[in-house]
Amino acid sequence: MNRRRGVAAGAVAAVFMILLSASASLHAELRIDITSGKIEPMPIALPPFPGGAANESQAGRDIAGVVSADLERSGLFRPLDPRSFIQNISATDTQPRFPDWRQINAQALVTGSVKTQGDGRLRVEFRLWDVFAEQQLTGFGYTTTPQNWRRIAHIIADEIYKRITGEEGYFDTRIVYVSEAGPPDKRIKRLAIMDQDGANNRVLTDGRALVLTPRFSPTAQEITYLSYGSGSPRVYLFNIDTGQQEVVGDFPGMTFAPRFSPDGNRVVLSRAQNGVSNLFALDLRTRRATRLTDSQAIDTSPCFSPDGSKITFNSDRGGSQQLYVMSADGGEARRISFGSGKYGTPVWSPRGDLIAFTKIDGGSFYIGVMRPDGSGERLLTRDFLIEGPTWAPNGRVLMYYRQSPSDARGHGGSTRLYSIDLTGSNQREVITPQDASDPAWSPLLR
Amino acid sequence: MYKSMALLLGLLLLLAACSSAPETAPGPQPLGPGGPGGIGSASAAPGSQQDLDASAGDRVFFAFDRSDISPEARQTLSRQADWLRRYPNVTVTIEGHCDERGTREYNLALGERRAQAVKNVLVALGIPAGRISTISYGKERPAVVGSTEDAYAQNRRAVTVVN
Repeated sequence: MNRRRGVAAGAVAAVFMILLSASASLHAELRIDITSGKIEPMPIALPPFPGGAANESQAGRDIAGVVSADLERSGLFRPLDPRSFIQNISATDTQPRFPDWRQINAQALVTGSVKTQGDGRLRVEFRLWDVFAEQQLTGFGYTTTPQNWRRIAHIIADEIYKRITGEEGYFDTRIVYVSEAGPPDKRIKRLAIMDQDGANNRVLTDGRALVLTPRFSPTAQEITYLSYGSGSPRVYLFNIDTGQQEVVGDFPGMTFAPRFSPDGNRVVLSRAQNGVSNLFALDLRTRRATRLTDSQAIDTSPCFSPDGSKITFNSDRGGSQQLYVMSADGGEARRISFGSGKYGTPVWSPRGDLIAFTKIDGGSFYIGVMRPDGSGERLLTRDFLIEGPTWAPNGRVLMYYRQSPSDARGHGGSTRLYSIDLTGSNQREVITPQDASDPAWSPLLR
Repeated sequence: MYKSMALLLGLLLLLAACSSAPETAPGPQPLGPGGPGGIGSASAAPGSQQDLDASAGDRVFFAFDRSDISPEARQTLSRQADWLRRYPNVTVTIEGHCDERGTREYNLALGERRAQAVKNVLVALGIPAGRISTISYGKERPAVVGSTEDAYAQNRRAVTVVN
């Protein structure tokens, strides 16, 4: 298997043109603090990006629409109704008439343009303006194939998000998940992948084999997941570009709960033997397996810290299902969960500062976070059955799945993806064509 | 004299069983011809799954989050071992299952632990380990649909499947 650094499908060449305004502003900076809990969404105007030819104008409308939807979904921005706009941005270098935008109470304005180059590629430029300071905050230009316009929109949305919040964005990402259909006792499950806004959804497996828990490689166009395709449950690698699948490791018996290391070179997983489940790491280059835990218990759901030095995992070695942290080489593990109830599915934030988890207490399920030393436990949401959080690459948003109860006739039991901010607000359903579970968020595609 | 000794012993054993209240669930009674003491299907081919179901019962049940073998389960497995001895060429796969009230990966491991617990009992009863394989389905294959305690009790199971 080629371990080269993968190029994400639909590469975007960024031509960085930062257009700075002439005068420095003494105005209060246009900024959202996303850690401060309940936020009043910032009113932002996103007129369609003008273009000359009909296809350019269409792309300009589409791109502005996707940027607008991304920003709205973050819960931090309130895109204004285009029908309220006074100034018509019709040409590519129209200077904003700021009083027109102030009049409709826009605090931020995004203008842009779309042009087709001689080689057929699309050139898209955007500028973000502080309406009250009458100042450009940022601006970039991008070139790509016309079919790739969505990536440009997400990259623009990330730039706007970053400039206003000071945090990295998360819109230029994908979600891999399990698409589900059928009655609860005859569920058909398929690996599926989509852009984080639900576009470009496609199914990767045919549903004949039970598949579970897919996770992205951080460095290659690959997924690791669990499949019953060979009859018994085993961990596989799936190449997103070629569709090729291969078994990870040469373990007799069940392997499950796989995750990549941050450098993409190893897969850590659980391996069951004689009823005991322990953690192993497989080096994808050498194919050598290293045992990481040697308990007589269930050790599962391992997850590396973003610097690769530690692993958090789920174990009942102490008598109940709890969270532990150990060195990535194995060895002594320290328990970090101490509240009432049981804890599972630990996932380390890409920022390194928190571990998210599923908690089961008093018959309810919770999604929560705690610091890697176990302190500061905070529960974000509670429901009948929610589980399996995954972090957006900026460590500020979590996605998980929610299953509703079913009745004796098999009605109910719908299973959907949800996202929620780290503050516990902006909880929303992630729309998928069918039922969905086991989401995993990709890194930023760039 | 021996009769009364046996009676006394029996009483003592009964008292002992009652005083150590089992943490394991008694387990629901399987319905239909497959259950212990149920009506056996006279036409079941010898050594077949139906034959196993009729003679012994194909499944045992577990308490929430546990893999202990209950006394009732032990009886079922004892009958399964008898049946396996009668058909020495038959191999089986023990499927371990969980209810939906746990996280997915932990349930895969728990299902495996339950399957292994059953295998251990059959091996201890003299069935060669090579005749028994195990597989876990975690919470993926409920036997009974519904988010009720009754359904959950029936889903926390290990099923012996004739290969």
